Amino acid sequence: MKVEHSTNIGRKEPAGAIAQRMGSWSLGQWIAGAAVLLLGSTNVLAQGALHVNILYVEQRIERPPVLSNLISWPEDAGLQGASLAIDDNNTTGKFLGQNYALESIVLEPGHLENEALEQIRQTLGAGPRLVVLNLPVELLKQVAALDEAQDDLLFNAQAPENTLRNADCSANLLHTVPSRGMLSDALAQFFTYRRWREVFLIEGNRDGDRAMATSVRRSLQKFGLPIVEDKMWIEDADMRRNASREVPVFTQARKYDVVLVADEDRDFSEFILYNTWLPRPVAGSAGLTPVGWSAVIEQWGAAQLQSRFGKLAMRDMTSRDYANWAAIRTIGEAVTRTESDDTQVLRDYILSSDFELAGFKGAPLSFRGWNGQLRQSIQLVHAHAVVASAPVEGFLHPVTELDTLGTDQAETLCEAFDF
Amino acid sequence: MKTSTAYHCAAAFCLSILSVNQASAHWLYVSNEKDDTISIIDSETNEVINTLDVGERPRGVTISHDFTHLYICASDSDTVQVMRIADNRIVFELPSGEDPEQFALHPDNKHLYIANEDDAIATVVNIETRQVVAQIDVGVEPEGMAVSHDGRYAIVTSETSNMAHWIDTERQEIVANTLVDQRPRDAEFTLDDSELWVSSEIGGTVSIIDTESKEIKHTLNFEIPGISKDRIQPVGMELTTDGKLAFIALGPSNHVAVVDRSTLEVIEYVLVGRRVWHMVLTPEEDKLYTTNGVSGDVTVVDVASLKAEKTIKVGRYPWGVAVLPKEHIPQ
Repeated sequence: MKVEHSTNIGRKEPAGAIAQRMGSWSLGQWIAGAAVLLLGSTNVLAQGALHVNILYVEQRIERPPVLSNLISWPEDAGLQGASLAIDDNNTTGKFLGQNYALESIVLEPGHLENEALEQIRQTLGAGPRLVVLNLPVELLKQVAALDEAQDDLLFNAQAPENTLRNADCSANLLHTVPSRGMLSDALAQFFTYRRWREVFLIEGNRDGDRAMATSVRRSLQKFGLPIVEDKMWIEDADMRRNASREVPVFTQARKYDVVLVADEDRDFSEFILYNTWLPRPVAGSAGLTPVGWSAVIEQWGAAQLQSRFGKLAMRDMTSRDYANWAAIRTIGEAVTRTESDDTQVLRDYILSSDFELAGFKGAPLSFRGWNGQLRQSIQLVHAHAVVASAPVEGFLHPVTELDTLGTDQAETLCEAFDF
Repeated sequence: MKTSTAYHCAAAFCLSILSVNQASAHWLYVSNEKDDTISIIDSETNEVINTLDVGERPRGVTISHDFTHLYICASDSDTVQVMRIADNRIVFELPSGEDPEQFALHPDNKHLYIANEDDAIATVVNIETRQVVAQIDVGVEPEGMAVSHDGRYAIVTSETSNMAHWIDTERQEIVANTLVDQRPRDAEFTLDDSELWVSSEIGGTVSIIDTESKEIKHTLNFEIPGISKDRIQPVGMELTTDGKLAFIALGPSNHVAVVDRSTLEVIEYVLVGRRVWHMVLTPEEDKLYTTNGVSGDVTVVDVASLKAEKTIKVGRYPWGVAVLPKEHIPQ
């Protein structure tokens, strides 16, 4: 098993930038700050230093091969988002006498699950910790259930499973990554708004595709949109050569308004576009895609986050980077407001109605008290533009419109949270 | 320049008006973020009389205290452009640091405090020597800038750190930080400098901070029937010099809140264009001009009746606005 274990992870960064950052901690400022009297609750100055260590845990996964040569996933997706949030927290923290450090455990693909679990168990044993997890669902559930994790505050930044927000929820586990249900509800709202009522559903052959299709069926039912065709994808089709022959035949039906493709690895979905029997839009894994984050988002001040991220990582920011960024910024915001690094104090504050975080997605981000899911808008995008943002205008909710996406309080099967 | 013909015609037209009705109108300079232009509006006719090409992504605009120059934050050109008002020429550029978004001019008419959004610093430039005097580390995404009327403090708000930083202008150092609600945008001092108002876009509030203690002494909240709280996002603010009213632009709720400063109650919500951002009062303070980013227009609000009077189409994504009083309009 190859394990990368480091403290205060290094990044590719020009020497000047590091010097500048160190310069920003200059003593002069602290002294200047200390010269002003009357420290109050809102007038904040560097006081007793608070060192906040955050643990980043990732289990790398081997992605199956896909047909298109252009589809790839950055190796450091997640870790770079976490690094940026650490930087953001530190820039804020230096005025408050707080500093943040990231410790990372990155487990390479292809080793046994129990080895990974053991490695994580040992790290979590050392007292209460703040942890951001990038793990597949089964390993994630085992980590959250560890005795050593019960005093920790864990953030799920990768696993989209609806069950984690329902029957499999855990009181020490919050979720900054949107659930599949939030993503599929966003699509269903947009279909309703555009009056694309009759849906042709194509389900891929992998586990994620099955889970996505299940979530989609539930969302379409919730918003009253009929599925007129529900088909499994042809497993051995070579779409690069034959898309123009295969797809029209496969999508032959008398009537549908939109084709929805469940293909989470984006293996074949890109080849459905423009090849459908009827000339109809494609949505889901290709075409119009629901995302937690994308490089095309620039509204709500997002351009600034995008450019900060671009400078740090030399690539575009992905949904997983965003989920990691949001988790660590949540910790930073809670530490700033409570002036504490106690996991229980932070958890209470984060789940309270006082907590809100500006997340460059319009409405402030907050957490659902009944299952620990981060409330957030979902963007519907294509390669170069945002098409719409959900909750789509007109979908109302008595508490916040953001709760029209995903599992709502009345329907949740999660019982681990006192709410 | 693509608008030169238009300009000459407009100028001739204005001159003829001026000769009849001597300088009855002010000029408003509106920066159009996505068009790389400045629209000039005549406050008498409330029409665009000229459109000028400037640097990339112009945002903050302000006029020198002697009314001879317009300063323009050309964010994507990484510069502050200085335009001579007499002939609309960019006469020089100031070293601004990267991605300048907003700035504030010190009462000495010499020092410009610039927020460098991408770099978490504020740059202080001496306009006369065109030199950077200081660069000060601030929080993440510095945005709003204000200088107190007595010149003692410069304020930077940082959007992601959620702070108002107090810079001592003598020492060019931060001396205090006030934590406010999420995503602080604009900062404005009252005329007597006893209070600093800071708007929080995502928090949906305005913090009124006591200058002496640097503590929040009051928080304003807003509520518009039929509009979700998430859409009420305070951005730009204007305070009347008589101390009676405050105008708060509420972003995507498309309304401007009018606050009675004696009771600190909202007395009116005025419907304007879409995503209202920044505002300016005319010198008489009888009209308020608002930039509406999404609808690409400027709304004129009558201060006495608190009614929107007219909407003026400008360029794409109007952002900042500054007013040139009529007595300083070039002849």
